Amino acid sequence: MGGNMTDKDQYKIHQEPFYQAQGNEVTLYEAAYAARLPVMVKGPTGCGKSRFIEYMAWKLNKPLITVACNEDMTASDLVGRYLLDANGTRWLDGPLTTAARIGAICYLDEIVEARQDTTVVIHPLTDHRRTLPLDKKGELIQAHPDFQLVISYNPGYQSLLKDLKQSTKQRFTALDFDYPTSKLETEILSKETGMDADICAKLVKIGVAARNLKGHGLDEGVSTRLLVYAATLIKSGVEPRDACRMAMVRPITDDADIRDTLDHAIDAVFA
Amino acid sequence: MEITTISDGQARSPHLNPLEEQPANRLSPQAGKSLVIPRAGERESESLREIQVNEFEIYWQQLDCGFPRVGEVFADCMQDALVKLSGEGVSAYIEYARFLGKMGRGAEPILIFLEEWPGIARKSGEDALPAIAECIRRMYKSPNGKAITPFLQSLPSVVRRLPARQQLQEYLNLILDLMERTTGSIHGIHQTFASPGLPSLFKQIAVLLGQLSLAGLKNWVDYGVRYYNDHPERQIDYFSLQSADSRAVLQRERHGTLLMDNERKLDMYLRGLWQDEDLLIPYSSMFDELRQPVPYYDNLGIRLPDVYNDMNGVSGIDRYRATLAHMVGHRRWSTKIFADNFSPFQRMAAECLEDSRVEYLAMREYPGLRRLFLALHPAPAEDACDPERESGVRHRLTMLSRAILDPQHTYKNAHVIEFAQRFHALMQEGDMNTQEIASLAVSFVARTRRQSDQLARTHFKDTVVSYRDDNRQMWHFIEEDDEGEVADQHRKMEPGKEIEGLPPRHYPEWDYNNQSYRPDWVSVYENLHPKGNAADIDRLLVKHASLAKRLKKMLDLIKPQDKVRIRYQEEGSELDLDVALRSLIDFKGGSSPDPRINMSHKTSGRNIAVTVLLDLSESLNEKAAGSEQTILELSQEAVSLLAWAIEKLGDPFAIAGFHSNTRHDVRYMHIKGFSEKWDDEVKGRLAAMEASYSTRMGAAMRHASHYLEKQQADKKLMLILTDGEPADIDSKDGRILIEDARRAVAELDQEGIYAYCINLDPKADEYVKDIFGKQYTIIDKVADLPAKLPQLFISLTK
Ligand SMILES: Nc1ncnc2c1ncn2[C@@H]1O[C@H](COP(=O)(O)OP(=O)(O)OP(=O)(O)O)[C@@H](O)[C@H]1O
Ligand SMILES: [Mg+2]
Repeated sequence: MGGNMTDKDQYKIHQEPFYQAQGNEVTLYEAAYAARLPVMVKGPTGCGKSRFIEYMAWKLNKPLITVACNEDMTASDLVGRYLLDANGTRWLDGPLTTAARIGAICYLDEIVEARQDTTVVIHPLTDHRRTLPLDKKGELIQAHPDFQLVISYNPGYQSLLKDLKQSTKQRFTALDFDYPTSKLETEILSKETGMDADICAKLVKIGVAARNLKGHGLDEGVSTRLLVYAATLIKSGVEPRDACRMAMVRPITDDADIRDTLDHAIDAVFA
Repeated sequence: MEITTISDGQARSPHLNPLEEQPANRLSPQAGKSLVIPRAGERESESLREIQVNEFEIYWQQLDCGFPRVGEVFADCMQDALVKLSGEGVSAYIEYARFLGKMGRGAEPILIFLEEWPGIARKSGEDALPAIAECIRRMYKSPNGKAITPFLQSLPSVVRRLPARQQLQEYLNLILDLMERTTGSIHGIHQTFASPGLPSLFKQIAVLLGQLSLAGLKNWVDYGVRYYNDHPERQIDYFSLQSADSRAVLQRERHGTLLMDNERKLDMYLRGLWQDEDLLIPYSSMFDELRQPVPYYDNLGIRLPDVYNDMNGVSGIDRYRATLAHMVGHRRWSTKIFADNFSPFQRMAAECLEDSRVEYLAMREYPGLRRLFLALHPAPAEDACDPERESGVRHRLTMLSRAILDPQHTYKNAHVIEFAQRFHALMQEGDMNTQEIASLAVSFVARTRRQSDQLARTHFKDTVVSYRDDNRQMWHFIEEDDEGEVADQHRKMEPGKEIEGLPPRHYPEWDYNNQSYRPDWVSVYENLHPKGNAADIDRLLVKHASLAKRLKKMLDLIKPQDKVRIRYQEEGSELDLDVALRSLIDFKGGSSPDPRINMSHKTSGRNIAVTVLLDLSESLNEKAAGSEQTILELSQEAVSLLAWAIEKLGDPFAIAGFHSNTRHDVRYMHIKGFSEKWDDEVKGRLAAMEASYSTRMGAAMRHASHYLEKQQADKKLMLILTDGEPADIDSKDGRILIEDARRAVAELDQEGIYAYCINLDPKADEYVKDIFGKQYTIIDKVADLPAKLPQLFISLTK
């Protein structure tokens, strides 16, 4: 076995992350994990997918290795590569390999961002074989019994070209996420930031107005993440309207009509 | 150098910037003959002045002008010119001034040019001169020489508003176009006339450009040319902003927040904040200041004014939003209730409180709306209305509405305070519904009733809430309802006091000149016809007893034969024995039986709904030829007989009268609704029939079809009884209303309504065919009408 023995513990989540369940996703995930089925979490950006996985890892008391995928990423970035060092070359496991070895949950965030050839390396890990071939190294890793693969996927704004291949999709079970209901989202905001519920409800109202415009000038509505940002700013003393404009309107659009409408919504909500 | 701040009235005063202040007194009364040398005491060196004097002398010679007044100002002008113009510019200046001086139009053109050009050139560039000169040349070559002076006078204001060369060019093109289209022969006499409107336009241009963009000006000019090309005096009225429509078009074209430009934003507003969507349809808010159309929505969309100006610190776009929020409120929280059980005042009150309720709920969603509503909602002064002399219903209701909206209100009126409190208390208990609000409204009306409420003069000041719609969606009318059971409910409307209460309906009018509709052009106000003495009608019927007898025979012939059997029904009222037996045999014989073994009955034949539409214009007051009776009296008799006959036949029918006093005021008076019986109530209204004003037929037909269309009948007939051609005092082109009525007939036809005209004008041949095609009868012996009308109906429907 190459590489150093990795300290599992550094990937463990020791404190319970705050996660507000939207439905029965926790139970479903537990069932999937019990059968070691790969999971795909789908949903718009900033709706709590990452937080959910974090929470599950904590709950299952398993290490979590998260990889934020991007278009420059190659298969080696996942699997590992030889590095040059004083004595010649040395193999370094990639995050996917590490996870397979130590029995972590490997969360590939925004997998579609990665190039197609990158995605295929995960295939053998997702079926009954549960193996990962390290071609360059000439090693075939048998995944640790605790290992699980999770990918996230935002069906909303990706281009058709970037869509996941059917053969990839068909290897995962899937959980659908969306922005929480107004009531839940208000709770999330106030628990997450300590802001009072009244203000949080107002932020959610503005968020909903923006989400209603999705497809009518907006590609994505305002995410829960942005609402959290706004609440955080307000909490730290920023004037609510300014906080909203800064955290919820300016980031999502340059369309003057939409800005104007959302600015008006802010004024209408914060009388 | 910027030119934005000064609002100018006068055409001459090119100096805006005090820094470029130049000798002011151009037409000084100094009696210098040729050249006035700059006054002593000015701080120029002797030598400079000498140079200038020499220079001026040369220019003066080049100018070669003998007008003494020009001499008086030349030195000042030259000083100005030398500062503002390039060398070349100065040459062109002198040269063109010289031309103007020799043009034969007196001293004015050259004087104005000398004084104004340097300033103009400063703003528009010296190279604007050729275009301006070309414009003047065209005036000079046409019969429009007289317009040159006003044109030159107007130029400084024009360039102030339109500093860009491109804009100036467009303006000049617009002027030339106007000139070309309005110069020429009038009424076919082949002699050329100067454009009547052109000089007037120049005199108003400062005002116009102060309010209009170039595009707006273009539309305004176009309108004037289009509608008054053949009418010199009206054209002058129009272009000098004298006539009402001229000001109205100006209004329409003026600055403000245009719906057109903000549709997307408002769509987003609806969708984003209210999850609602609908077509936003502008209506023109340009005309009449007194009877502004009111926003409303129907199944075609949401109707909004085409432009909103800022008001009380609320921007135009926010006014649109406030209006939309209000209407969305109705769309979410209002339900239709029956109007028929309420008096007009009760309805007004119910509408007002319902408005407050939906706003209350809307503000609960978006508290920021309160700021808008507060700013826009009038706050009538408590003592503004004199209850001895005017009806204070609107005033009281507006105070109540204000008090509900504004916790800081200062009203002392105990009822207002009490009901505002009750409103809030009730809303806190639950949101209430429209019906509950109506009860609250009824008790408010009961509590605050005053004798003077009935006065004809209503206190209107500060009672219009501009962002509220007309609430037409709030009411059911039994009229419109096809269910039989409600039809029997007694109508409690008080006749005659409706006009203030019901909002107008707007209808388009066809403009054949442009082959297009003028949208929402006509306002139709409807009311119940005031009631008179029903016995009068009974007397008329007695008078025509023998005629009635003859009619009765004819009626019996066409009266529906009782019942018809419909066979082969799977479900029906009774078993059809023949068919049942056959089925049974089939079944026993092993083949599959026909299950349609029942039959049912229905009353046969006549399934006709009729509207009788009566022209009640002034001309009906004339005596009918060869009769002692007026046309109105004869019509009354005829309609009474007709109504009696139709009632006998059992066809559903309605009777209504109409007249108009301009397009802003078309009255539509219900005499009998479809659901009403031919009873004393109805006869009373018929007895009180009166004639006045004019005949805007198309609008009345459209409105009548609005009701007739809703009837469930195989055949729908609209009988129009008139004594003349469509006309109205604000429609000069007689053709317009004829063409519009023709169009209305076509629209009716589309809706499956057969329009038929009974015309009492012996000269009707000239136009009635154009409107109704073959669907008309001319009754030239009006005295025969009572006999003819029912017969005609019978033969039409047999
Ligand atoms: N159900 C939830 N419970 C607690 N916090 C939540 C929840 N949903 C969203 N949040 C908040 O929203 C933030 C963004 O959520 P998260 O990062 O999980 O989004 P995501 O769906 O993974 O977004 P992306 O697709 O952009 O990665 C979190 O940091 C958290 O503050
Ligand atoms: Mg309303």
